[in-house]
Parts: sequence; structure tokens; C-alpha cells
Amino acid sequence: MALIQLDNVSKIYEMGGEEIRALDGLDLAVERGEYVAIMGASGSGKSTLMNVVGCLDRPSLGSYHLNETAVEGLNDDELAEIRNREIGFVFQTFNLLARTTALHNVELPLVYSGANRRERRERAMEALRRVGLEDRVSHDPSELSGGQRQRVAVARALVNRPSILLADEPTGNLDSSTSEEIMALFDELHSGGNTVILVTHEPDIAAHAAREVTLRDGKVLEDRPTREVA
Amino acid sequence: MVFSENFRIAFRALWANKMRSLLTTLGIIIGVAAVIAVVSIVQGLQFQITSQLQGVGATFIAVNPRLDNRGGGIFVGKQVKLTWEDGQALQNQVPGIAMITPLILGGNQVKYRDRQHSTTVFGVNNDWPEVANHTVERGRFLSRIDLEQRRKVAVIGAKIIEELRLGEDPMGTEIYIGNIPVTVVGVMEERGQSLGFDNDDLVFIPVDTSLMLFGRRAADKTLLRLQAESPKVVEQVKEGITQVLRTRHKLEEDEPDDFQVILQDEFLDTVSSILGSVTAVVGAVVGVALLVGGIGIMNIMLVSVTERTREIGIRKSVGARRQDILIQFLIEAISLSLVGGGIGLALGYGIGVIVAGVLPGDWPPAHVPLWAVAVSFGFSTLVGVFFGIYPAGKAAALDPIDALRYE
Repeated sequence: MALIQLDNVSKIYEMGGEEIRALDGLDLAVERGEYVAIMGASGSGKSTLMNVVGCLDRPSLGSYHLNETAVEGLNDDELAEIRNREIGFVFQTFNLLARTTALHNVELPLVYSGANRRERRERAMEALRRVGLEDRVSHDPSELSGGQRQRVAVARALVNRPSILLADEPTGNLDSSTSEEIMALFDELHSGGNTVILVTHEPDIAAHAAREVTLRDGKVLEDRPTREVA
Repeated sequence: MVFSENFRIAFRALWANKMRSLLTTLGIIIGVAAVIAVVSIVQGLQFQITSQLQGVGATFIAVNPRLDNRGGGIFVGKQVKLTWEDGQALQNQVPGIAMITPLILGGNQVKYRDRQHSTTVFGVNNDWPEVANHTVERGRFLSRIDLEQRRKVAVIGAKIIEELRLGEDPMGTEIYIGNIPVTVVGVMEERGQSLGFDNDDLVFIPVDTSLMLFGRRAADKTLLRLQAESPKVVEQVKEGITQVLRTRHKLEEDEPDDFQVILQDEFLDTVSSILGSVTAVVGAVVGVALLVGGIGIMNIMLVSVTERTREIGIRKSVGARRQDILIQFLIEAISLSLVGGGIGLALGYGIGVIVAGVLPGDWPPAHVPLWAVAVSFGFSTLVGVFFGIYPAGKAAALDPIDALRYE
């Protein structure tokens, strides 16, 4: 079984008495070590897919196996544990804690996995070093540039050595040169053995990935290797 | 998740909104300060009264004429009387009485040369020092011979020496009590003030001598003070006194006592019950203050949860479980409440000390018992938990996706 195995997954919302199928019988498999971009217009189900894959949400129908664990039957706390161990999120809006140093932000997942203080500190330092921010550890997010903030977020995503790095429009709030820096970082993490899934609507960002999955109306419209595939 | 981590998060959050946190805890601060201030003063008072009463010992018994004799009503001829003859009868007929003294009290002027001073005169016998556990420091107390011969001698308190400027050695000095000249033969040990009465501003003279001062009729309102032989016989002695006095006063079966026998315990009980009800009233007021304070905390915690919805979403997305969020906000509420309790404790103690210092007379020093400290912090914690659980539960139940999307 693949690292991520979605079989006939649907996500159905009730909105004003109307049934909305954000995901509609979607199948997707992602192997360990892949670099996947998920594309699609807004309303195509990208975000919902991202939430399901990231275990923030459960599918309404169908099954989702992450690392051979059936996610659909887990309760909230079990999902939280999976997020903690298996998933590293990077968000468009960075989602760092304000008035909290970069180091503390990166330590956050380790706080909830029960690591002791020394271990937390060492691993957070190591993650920050990996994203090239070892000289900004005691800065608050407000004292960092957008690119630096996103690097902190990437470090936080990496710190617990998750199975998947899940990035939702990671360059959406960055200018083009900073975007390139961040994408270079993802490329580097991928070649270092990480599984990376990007959600984006920009083709040149998606081009960094090896595989491009396009959604429409909650279904996979197209699933193909990008031209740069190795 | 480590517990201490929650406290650090809580204090960082509270510190980020210092003014708001302080205002929020004001209810708790005022409540706890009020309880501590009152308790510290009341306890100081009780401590002093108790130690003073215990000074005369558990075997001390007082017999007073009952002033509001309801039974007397229409029997005009039957006047309330308590005399030294009654006292002597008790001494002879009631077993277990170690010693007994009459006590006739009155206010009077004392004079020496051109100086005069208003004081309290005690007409007693030679057993007074042992009955009241109040001893002579210099010279001697009234002797049996002084009493038998109705000598005009006096034993005085330290305040009298000071007021009349009797000098270093007042022994043998002749002073006037009213119009009666008496010779000072002794000075009592200093005792200080209690409950507004200066225990050093008094004069002891033989009981019969005091009748010259107060008039013969004063003998009908003699107070009796006695010591039982041991604490075990105190109740028995009380019974005996009641029987003998009822017989002597020819009281019918259905008539109430025209006297009161008061035991040491009962003094203490009365004092304790008065102070206890003061404490209870204050406790009720404080309960309301804590309730109001608690609602303030709940309110501000709800605001805090809303403000930090995104933070909650971030924490959940990186793996915080329901209980992690619950405990985080609960600890924040408890910390808020405990900080209030701590400030209130310090403030209350400060008020107690200041009030005790400002009050006139020899007011006892403020005294905060450990239980009051424990109760304050206990209540603060309880308020924090009780009023924090709802906002914390609300935070814990947030959906991570909605929380992350919250602007």
C-alpha cells in the first residue's frame, strides 16, 4: 500500500439545506519520497483534499490510509497524534504564533509529542539550521521577513520528522524571488528523501514537483508527471 | 504535554495583557483581601482574649447577680441580691471550691496632693491574686488582718503611680480615694490593656473598706469570683453553687435563677461565637465578591479564547489534543485567579496590620492563621477551575480547520 492511499473518498457538506460534494469519489495514491503538486481552480476541492490528507478532517465516504493506518475511523485525539507524528504543515499565511520566538514556534510540535526541554531545543535548532535561520532563533515573527517566516514554518513542519510535508500555497504571500527561495528549499528537502505535497494554483510553482494532479469538481481531472521529471 | 509548559504559556499570555489581567482579577483581589483583613483582625482579637482568659485558668468561675430578673416582675419585695454572706455560704457548703473573693466595683477619683485621676476601685479580699491570677509586683497584697480590721490600705496599678506621680517608691504613701485616705502597701504587676480596659489603671482595697466608699447597699450587688480545685470539678461546683444560692434566695421551683454562674469555657464560647458570626458575615460578603470575580474571569477567558482562535488552530494542527488545549486555558484561568488570590492575601494582611496599628488602645497585632491562607488560595483555585472550565472547554472543542481560517 502507498504512503497515502485514498479510495473513493467523498467529502460532503450541508450548506443552506443544499448538499455540496467538495470531494466526489476521489482516488489518489502517493508513494513515499514523491514530490506532488495538487492543482485546480478555486472550488475544485484542493483545500478539502489537503485537509483530509493532513488529517485535519475525515472523509465522509471512502477510505484513507496514511502509512497503513485507516484514518477515517480515528477520533479527534488520535487524529491530533497523527498530525503530530506524520504530517508537517506549511500554510500560505505562515501561521506562526505571534510574540513567540522562532525557536519556540519550531519547538511547538515537540511540546505536544512530549519531548523534554533539552531535546526540544536541540531538534528545533537543528531544524532552523536546516532552513538557514540559525542566526534568527530568538526573533519574533514580527521581526522576520515573509520569506524568513515561511522558513520558520518549514522548520516547524520538519522538526518532528514527519512522513509528509504538506504545503498549502506556501508561496501565496511571497514575492517571486522569495518564492523561488522557498521552492528551492522544498526541492532540497525532497531530494533529501522527504515526501512533499504542494497545493498551488500557479503552474510555475507546480513545475517544481515531479507529479502534477489536477482536480475539478472534487475529482481527479488529470494526473501526470511534470516535464522536469527525473 | 508538560505541566510547567502550560504555566509558562499562561503567564506569557497574562503578561501580554497586564492591565487587563489585573482588572480581571480585581474581584478576586478584593474578596481575598477582605477575608484576610477581617480574619487577621478577628483572629488577633480572639488570640488575645483567649490567652487572657486562659490566664485565669480553666477553674475560674464567676457568679453575678442577674440584672434582668424576669421572674421578679410583680414580686416587688423580692429584690435581686447577691452578698458576701452568699459567698461564705458557698465556701462552706459547696465542695470543690478552692478559694473565693467578693468583688465590689466602682469608679472613683484618686488624689495625691494636687493631682487627681479617675480610676476603677476593686473591693476584694486577700484571695484575689490567686483567684484572678494577678499578682503583686512590689510590696504586698491586702492581708487577712487588713480585711478583718478594715484597714485603710490600697494596692495600686502602675498607671496610678504614673498619673499621680507617686515616684519610685510609692509604698507608705497616703493617697485619697474619694474622701477616704488610704496607705499604699503594694503595686500590682503590669498587664497592659485589653478590650479597651486598662488593667493597670485600678486600685484594690479591702471589701469592707470599699463599702465606706460605695455605701452599704453596694454589698447587695456583690460579684463573686472563685477558683475550683480542679478543672474536673468545675461543672459540679457550678451545680452546687446553683443549689445553695437557690435555697438561700428562697426561689420557688418555677422561678428562674436570680444569679448567673459563668464558667471559663462559657466566656470563651461567648467570645468565640460573637467573633464567629462576624467571620461568617464577612465570609458571605466575600463569597459574593469571589462569585463576581469569577464571572469576570470567565468573561475575560471567553474573550481570550476568541482572540486566540487562530493560535488554538495552529496548536491543533501541529498535534495538540483536546485536553492539551483544555488544560492550557484552564491553567490560564487558575493562574489569573491565583495571582489575584496572592495579591489579595498581601493586600489583606497589609490592611490588617495598618488597621490594627491605627486603632486606639492596645489593639492586638494582626494575625493571619495558616488556614486562612490555605482557604484563600483554595477558593481562588476553585473559582479559576469553576469559571475557567467553560471557556477552556469551548477552546478545546474548536474545529482546527475553522480555527485556522479565523481572522
